[in-house]
Amino acid sequence: MKRPFSYKLNIFLFLLPALILFVGVLIAPIIMSGYYSLTEWNGLTTPQFIGLANYQELFTSKSINIMRALKNAMLLALLSTFIQLPFALWLALKLSKKPRGERVFLSVYFMPVLISTVVIGQLWIKIYNPDYGVLNLLLRNLGLDNWTNIWLGDKKTALWAAFVPILWQYVGYHMLLMYAGIKGVPPELNEAAMIDGCTEGQVNRFIIIPYIKPILRVSVIFAVTGSLKSFDLIYVLTNGGPNHATEVPSTLMINLLFLRNRYGMGSTIAVMLIILCFVFAILINMVFKEEKGR
Amino acid sequence: MSKKAYSAPDAKQPVSAGKIAVYVILILWALISIFPVYWMLTFSLKNNNEIFGENVIGLPKYWVWENYTRAMNTGNMPLYFLNSVIVAVSTIVITLLAAVMATYAITRLDWKGRKSMNKFFMLGLTIPIHASIVPLYTTLAKLKMLNSYFALIIPYSAFSLAMGILISIGFMGDIPYDLDEACFLDGCGVWGTFCRVIAPLMMPAVATVGIYTFLQCWNELMFANVFISKDSLKTLPVGVQALSGQYTTDWGPIGAALSIATIPTLLVYVFLSKQIQDSFIAGAVKG
Repeated sequence: MKRPFSYKLNIFLFLLPALILFVGVLIAPIIMSGYYSLTEWNGLTTPQFIGLANYQELFTSKSINIMRALKNAMLLALLSTFIQLPFALWLALKLSKKPRGERVFLSVYFMPVLISTVVIGQLWIKIYNPDYGVLNLLLRNLGLDNWTNIWLGDKKTALWAAFVPILWQYVGYHMLLMYAGIKGVPPELNEAAMIDGCTEGQVNRFIIIPYIKPILRVSVIFAVTGSLKSFDLIYVLTNGGPNHATEVPSTLMINLLFLRNRYGMGSTIAVMLIILCFVFAILINMVFKEEKGR
Repeated sequence: MSKKAYSAPDAKQPVSAGKIAVYVILILWALISIFPVYWMLTFSLKNNNEIFGENVIGLPKYWVWENYTRAMNTGNMPLYFLNSVIVAVSTIVITLLAAVMATYAITRLDWKGRKSMNKFFMLGLTIPIHASIVPLYTTLAKLKMLNSYFALIIPYSAFSLAMGILISIGFMGDIPYDLDEACFLDGCGVWGTFCRVIAPLMMPAVATVGIYTFLQCWNELMFANVFISKDSLKTLPVGVQALSGQYTTDWGPIGAALSIATIPTLLVYVFLSKQIQDSFIAGAVKG
């Protein structure tokens, strides 16, 4: 059927608000960030094109020390993938067996995801408070006075202390995704396996986990890219301190941008982060595809 | 589904030690998940003596509502709250309008390239906000729009858009095409069909997209922190963060401020937990 011009115009008009927002706020800025990352710029004068010098400086500068930030982020990614996700999977598997109070558990586990990271950060700062915090209080009551610590203020413990709330907050998120996936497993598969005499562990291992692999893949991608991009909780808990012990790429980026007015270098970190997230997403996809092939 | 049908077979089986262990861990994790919020709500009603030693984790002995009045009076909390509401409501309206219109064009109107257009929008699910923070900041500065509601509303709408379209597509697929055709035959045209048939039937999507968008912008920190420096325009996360820095020894009022920021979310969650969970699942499974 031949469409009149007005029909095409209408299509365009329907798309217009979304396109303006999307191109103006997401697509154009990515391209601009790419360009800024190749410039020296303090935000006031015009950007000076300097090629890849920012990238070179980023990876060699001792004062920026991006490697420490990346190492911290990678540690978080590893903890997230190998501790948080398996625990979330365990919770999801157990909840999908319909224990009493299934819905209540599910809703309680997911609740921390919805609470503002500022609130969560402030609460954990108080939990970690060396004098009045619940953690040290608990240790003292258990007679473990030696274990008490200035959790977020001590270079040795700050990183781990900052990671705990991050991992804690998103267990429920991954659990929910996996739970939804497990609910999608056709019941016939489970029943058939049970009739064949499989134990619960075998059903989980050979039926459910292979079936929900697409969701596990999404969870791993979220866990890894989320760790690389992590900002909110670190910013609230330590803002990269003490003495840069908890610095992650995003806190470095914000500090370079708004404390040192290095807009070019800040963009360089942003672009590096986007590329890293992209590369890791592809790598994880490849790992999951290979598994499928075997 | 009745719960009885499920719990009955369990009741017959002997309760094994393993099952009890599992249950203990499930309950323990529930307690760990809920503890910070429980603690916040209780210490927001305590005086310093209780908070700092007498009664750290119990329910408050004397309910100090004064903490809440202090948070409201000294800390600008009503203002931050109002700012968050204004930003959230505007973002939801803009996101919904743009998302439902785009979804209509992508799923109901017939044209080449609508599939690619959908894929293009879905890119938005993977773009991190880091990608646009510098250009947005400098552009907003040039337009003298830093320190305005728009500095948050427009970026928030844009970053919620992909999710809004994703959810809307699911819901719009449930509306029968016969309705469009009937309306077309009555001479409605695309706009008439959209306004009279599609928009009213998209109300369930409005709820889901609205909740998701609300949660995103109610809690957002990075943009809110960078684009707004004027105290009178700060949203709750930034305001609460500033407050906590000022009153480090007065935990009661801080607890009250944190609770004021959290209670709306908790209320929404209590009434709409299923929809909220579904919207998070939808985003992950397709994204």
